[in-house]
Amino acid sequence: MSTVIEVRHLYCGWGSRTILEDVNFSVARGEVVTILGGSGCGKSTLLKHLIGLYPPRSGSIQVVGNELVGSDSKGREAILRKIGVMYQSGALFGSMSILDNITLPLTSFSQLDTKAIDTLARLKLRLVGLEEFADFYPNELSGGMQKRAAIARAMALDPQILFLDEPSAGLDPITSAELDRLIRRLAETQGVTMMVVTHELASIAAIADRAIMLDKSIKGILAIDTPAALAQSSDERVASFFNAQRPARAAV
Amino acid sequence: MAELRLEPVDAGYQLIGDLTLAAIAPVWLASRQINWQSQLVDLSQVGHCDGAGAAFLFELGQSGAQLRNLNAETQRLLTALDPQQALLLSPQKSRNKPITQIGHLTRSAVRDFAAQITFIGEAASALAQVIVRPQRLRWREFLRQCELTGANALPIISLISLLLGIILAFQSAIPMRQFGAEMFVANLLGLSLVRELGPLITAIVLAGRSGAAFAAEIGTMKVNEEINALVTFGYQPMHFLVLPRLLAGVCMLPLLAIWSQAIGMLGGALVMQGFGIPLATFWSQLSSQVDAGDFFGGMLKAAAFGLVVASVGCFRGLGTGTGASAVGAATTRAVVNILVLLVITDGILAVVYYHLGW
Repeated sequence: MSTVIEVRHLYCGWGSRTILEDVNFSVARGEVVTILGGSGCGKSTLLKHLIGLYPPRSGSIQVVGNELVGSDSKGREAILRKIGVMYQSGALFGSMSILDNITLPLTSFSQLDTKAIDTLARLKLRLVGLEEFADFYPNELSGGMQKRAAIARAMALDPQILFLDEPSAGLDPITSAELDRLIRRLAETQGVTMMVVTHELASIAAIADRAIMLDKSIKGILAIDTPAALAQSSDERVASFFNAQRPARAAV
Repeated sequence: MAELRLEPVDAGYQLIGDLTLAAIAPVWLASRQINWQSQLVDLSQVGHCDGAGAAFLFELGQSGAQLRNLNAETQRLLTALDPQQALLLSPQKSRNKPITQIGHLTRSAVRDFAAQITFIGEAASALAQVIVRPQRLRWREFLRQCELTGANALPIISLISLLLGIILAFQSAIPMRQFGAEMFVANLLGLSLVRELGPLITAIVLAGRSGAAFAAEIGTMKVNEEINALVTFGYQPMHFLVLPRLLAGVCMLPLLAIWSQAIGMLGGALVMQGFGIPLATFWSQLSSQVDAGDFFGGMLKAAAFGLVVASVGCFRGLGTGTGASAVGAATTRAVVNILVLLVITDGILAVVYYHLGW
């Protein structure tokens, strides 16, 4: 198994505020890794640094063998061709149909002709179960469908790594369980490495090979392990996150 | 691995190389020339395959080709695509006949007109309620809108009016000097600025500045469901959003028009100094020509323009659809409608003033 993401001594922050200190981890090809932790611990911040939206204070991020930190526009482009990102709200282009949302990157970044692009885009929609909604506009779809369409768009250029920012945010438990199954199926059939930001315990158990747990107080990684091992962790903070059984009725 | 190739062999074709998005384009294009019905395709020499490669194999399979010797990775990708199931294509878009299109356009225009009438009615009823009970108006919001549409527009109105006065005076002074009549430039300038150009220029500037801002702000609120939030609290958007803007438009546009007239005349007076006409002469010519009737006619016109700018801006904002592009569309429609309605209002008022003998 080769390594596709390698993060070494990463420091991130905004202005005078440091959010993550000395983060180190690596992700192997084909793995599904979730980034989890309570609100404000830097999950989304870490993701946005991994996809190169924000420059880190210092450290190194290797994506598929290319160094992201300090890379020129050409090196950055080489990395961007190998990753796909699904943003939290879907971020589909509202003025285009679902199909056009997927064909857009293909027309710009592949040499295929219109017919092949059309076939390719429709098959991506088939993978996420939205084939019959190709001509719908994003605002005509439900929240769960928009998320699935956004995953199809993120996979348009056959990325090696897919980053998903809170795929189940704002979805009901049944829809989010469906989405989890889809993510797992895509990871297994398409051989894509996935990094998923989430704080849903059910999702982590359903999709993750390993989980990276961040913590606000130490501004970094509290633990990295399989979900089952984390649930048995001797660290009280990790265990309490994983065993956060909600009482039937919240105590007042 | 080497470049992807498609080669004919005894029993059919053989694919050699990596089936990836980057490599597949030429082969995919070439494959269109081949009749694939019952052709055997040997894939034993295929290395890596990605989603695009699987899509290509899917198309070959759909055209009747028999795929042989797929490696495990390729087989897994292809199976995920459900290769027996044909692609679902979009229905052909039926283009309407011109007469049908005209019908659709007419219907939407009539509906739009009906919505405008409804809006005017609602605005009038809300206004009547506020006149009876002034405490129902959000006074703080009204004052804030007065600042935004009125006070903050002063610099741009000043600049445009000054230049307008200078240009108008200069352009008319040259031909009038041929008749020795450059003294009467003051009369011309005063009359046209007070009766017509002051209110009109101010209204056009406000259409771009405030009309568009109203439409974009209310439109974004609509898209973000803020309007729905207001309604569920029991606020009427008409009272909460439209009235303060409407009243601010009606109050501020006449004031800005006065400012515009004054600055325009100042610009004209400066030019006339250059033509040897002193300020005092300019002023006496001006006051002999322009009377209170002209001034109040202009003010009434400015108030009407203010009503047009603010109401159309708010109306288009409230009619915004969903999505980011809808806000742009609403803003465009607002500005275009305001400009058209300004000219129409101006024409109607000109006829009315003529018959009243103003």
